[in-house]
Amino acid sequence: MRANVHVKDRVAIVGAGLTLFARRLLETPQELAWEAASRALDSAGLTLRDIDCVVIGSAVDAFDGVHMKGEYLADGAGGFSKPVIRVAVGGGTGVMVPITAWWHAASGLCKTVLAVGEEKMSHAYPHPQGVFAYIWHPILERPLGPNLIWIFALEMAKYMHECRVSKEDIALVSVKNKRNALDNPHAQAPANITVEDVLKSETLVWPVQLLDISPVSDGAAALVLARESVARKITDTPVWVEGVGFALDSSFWYNRDLSYPRYVEQAARMAYKMAGIERPWKEIDVAEPHDPFDYKELHNLEGLMLARRCEAPKLLREGYFERSGELPVSPSGGLLGMGNPIAASGVMKTAELFWQLRYEAGARQVKKSLHKAVANSWGDLMQAGTVIVLSR
Amino acid sequence: MGIPGRYVKEEELKRMAGVIEYKPTAKYAYSAGQALSVFLKGLREGKIVGRTCNSCRRIMVPPREFCEYCHSPAGEWVELPGTGRVETASVSYISARRAKLREPEVVAIIRLDAPGYRGDEPDFPGIFHRLCGVTEEEVKGGKVFGARVRPRWRPEGERRGSITDIECFERW
Amino acid sequence: MRAAVLGIGWHGFRPSVPELSFAEMMYEAAVRAYEDAGVEAREDIDVFVSCQEDFWEGIAISDEFAPDPIGGVMRPTMTVAGDGLQCVGQAFMMIRSGLAEVVAVETHAKPSDVKTLQGVYELALDPQLRTLGPGNPLFPAGLDAVAYMKRSGAEREHLALVAVKNRNRGLRNARAPHAARITIEDVMASEPVVYPLTAYEIAGYTDVAVNVVIASERKARELKGEPVWLEGIWWSTEVGSGTMEWHEWGRMPSMKAAAREAYRQAGISDPRRQTDFAEVEDRFSFMELLSLEELGLAPEGAHRLLEAGHFDAKGGYPVNPSGGSLSLGTSFEATGLVRLLEAVLQLRGKAGGTQVEGERAIVASWRGVPTYTSIVAVLSR
Repeated sequence: MRANVHVKDRVAIVGAGLTLFARRLLETPQELAWEAASRALDSAGLTLRDIDCVVIGSAVDAFDGVHMKGEYLADGAGGFSKPVIRVAVGGGTGVMVPITAWWHAASGLCKTVLAVGEEKMSHAYPHPQGVFAYIWHPILERPLGPNLIWIFALEMAKYMHECRVSKEDIALVSVKNKRNALDNPHAQAPANITVEDVLKSETLVWPVQLLDISPVSDGAAALVLARESVARKITDTPVWVEGVGFALDSSFWYNRDLSYPRYVEQAARMAYKMAGIERPWKEIDVAEPHDPFDYKELHNLEGLMLARRCEAPKLLREGYFERSGELPVSPSGGLLGMGNPIAASGVMKTAELFWQLRYEAGARQVKKSLHKAVANSWGDLMQAGTVIVLSR
Repeated sequence: MGIPGRYVKEEELKRMAGVIEYKPTAKYAYSAGQALSVFLKGLREGKIVGRTCNSCRRIMVPPREFCEYCHSPAGEWVELPGTGRVETASVSYISARRAKLREPEVVAIIRLDAPGYRGDEPDFPGIFHRLCGVTEEEVKGGKVFGARVRPRWRPEGERRGSITDIECFERW
Repeated sequence: MRAAVLGIGWHGFRPSVPELSFAEMMYEAAVRAYEDAGVEAREDIDVFVSCQEDFWEGIAISDEFAPDPIGGVMRPTMTVAGDGLQCVGQAFMMIRSGLAEVVAVETHAKPSDVKTLQGVYELALDPQLRTLGPGNPLFPAGLDAVAYMKRSGAEREHLALVAVKNRNRGLRNARAPHAARITIEDVMASEPVVYPLTAYEIAGYTDVAVNVVIASERKARELKGEPVWLEGIWWSTEVGSGTMEWHEWGRMPSMKAAAREAYRQAGISDPRRQTDFAEVEDRFSFMELLSLEELGLAPEGAHRLLEAGHFDAKGGYPVNPSGGSLSLGTSFEATGLVRLLEAVLQLRGKAGGTQVEGERAIVASWRGVPTYTSIVAVLSR
């Protein structure tokens, strides 16, 4: 990998905002984008007039039920009469949004960038699962009538088998994240649950049970990014984007070993290299890995090299990833606790790290001293990894 | 300042003015292309055919015109026995639209037997399909991992050049 | 800081390419572009960018299928839901930021696979608007055409003349499946599809894949390709497709805004004098005239210069010497890159029967109905 060398201009996050994440919101997709965007602007003390460029992330047009969804969202996301781009890498879109905003600013062509992630999954009726019927290869896979959870169940089963992980161990992620979400006023599914509750919940596609999955959700999240000279004028506590990385594996997901997300590692190596991080397991202080499913948090932690292969469940059991642990993971409540409006969720995770690094996370604040943080999104046909490294 | 976003219940939504129901009209006829056409023809004849990469020599099933790892054109066609081992499996209790299924179905990734493969490579010729004759317990107990399977073909007259020409993979 | 268009490759340019899948078309275009640029797909390219939209593909999360055919597997690969020129813009930014030195940009389109184009266009409208049953979903183009004619004084004959100029010109271009020998009388005698536009004045559809290799200037000098310089590129969205009532009808402010910044990057203050020819938006006949005005290549009332032959291949300022989209067809998100391809071949002196003279060119594209997004690039030899 040879990208990510000689980066010239530092870029910082200077503002962030979220809507409520919920199963069914009254607001239109444009209104959701607008609410998140204006919150982010307010938090930076800026108005739309101060924004040069807009980056929109939205994963699947079919959820909102609008073709060319970026165009549809443009003015909601603050793009009126501005350069607007929409990125889409499936579930990986969330973190791809600040990554794309980063190069907008780092190129020197935009001083300030508004980065907005939005997804409205409740438009799809009667159930958003219907939309997932169209993500498959139309000739090789769709005729089998797969549902989305099938393939993640295959991956989870492979991970469990290969690493000898029990359902109990994995359920602990759900327990932790839903509990963390109790402190998050934006959360859709905060709860005090036990491993027992997860194991007793409805089995959808074994080994995936209802409480193993983040709930479908409506919501939006936004960030404001700025180049160093501008960022310093906006705030005394900018949060720097130190590294970005992304990678896509082969779309033939049943031709490769699913026990380890090598593409997440590839993306992470790119981001760490740019950030000058050599030993992420020692240098990263807080992490927000993608957790649409509970096993995915463990899987991603290993891909991000924050745990050795097959070691994440053991560390989790020992309390290592608790908010008070050695390496707090998903202090926001993650998607399991917050809900998963796909593209918005990765932006939310980046926003959470922004607040954590500024010690503004309120009841969710990690108590130890924080310097470096990492978030990732994961998606497509178990093939997309997008990684961002931040520092204070 | 409150958090923006107002949650609505489903019943509440149905009573609201201005709710629009809209069913998209979006139909497509996908071109299978050179490589998949041969693969589909093979299925109709009860054969699983793959393709070799000229550069790294791996065997690709489903076959493609190019190897995505080498970005070089694919070479000769090879017919595989169709047998293989279960790489991973799961049990589905819901349909594609999340309706509860009457009978759960077992789905799997099959690592196909192919010349020159030991069976532990990170990349392998494989197929995504259903398993039949396998119980839920065998999957959940992990017994099905590594099990030897072969395709159960639909009768010749019913095959039409589709992945569904294979009814499922069964143990043997 | 400029970048280089180092290589370009394509496959298709027929109304239907039934023998290849979209992925196979992408592969064919990629191999040709990398050969042209003198790069190895798996060694020399830092980032891969694909431009596509789910409902054109008929696959939700269609970016899943982006990496394999272009050599992007286990590499930094990402997808923009936008026109290919917007992807070139991303490459431009990545190179300027230092993230990459060589970026491959891919777009493809198989309109022939879409059996309900009308339905897909309708799905791009705001849901409230769909309930009005707008009939032909290309109607916003008709509204703009009428507003444009009223403002500029252009008559239907002038719009027809654009179609005549471009469709006939395309007869010299081997890539132009919709070229035709037509006259003003043919156009005027034909019933409008969306008033005032007849079928002659609305571009047809073409299956195509285009791949472009963009490189830093340093890298371009090191590699053996034949660089055309990308001096500036920018895009702008006037209003969202969900709020088209706010659009300034009869104008295209997004193109004006995109041009302003692209010209600034390229150091252009007087585009009429500082550039030599242009490939501009013409998927609807009136859009060529409107684009020329917004790009500052003609004063308001561009039809008068058109009538005088100023925009002919042999005129003072050749516009769409390739035959334009009216001859080449539109190809969803590949439309912009098709126009880039034609401009690059011109600047390399490899445009064959459509060759015109010139050192510096403008490429301008719009994302089509019902969007108000445009992209402008400045290229030079």
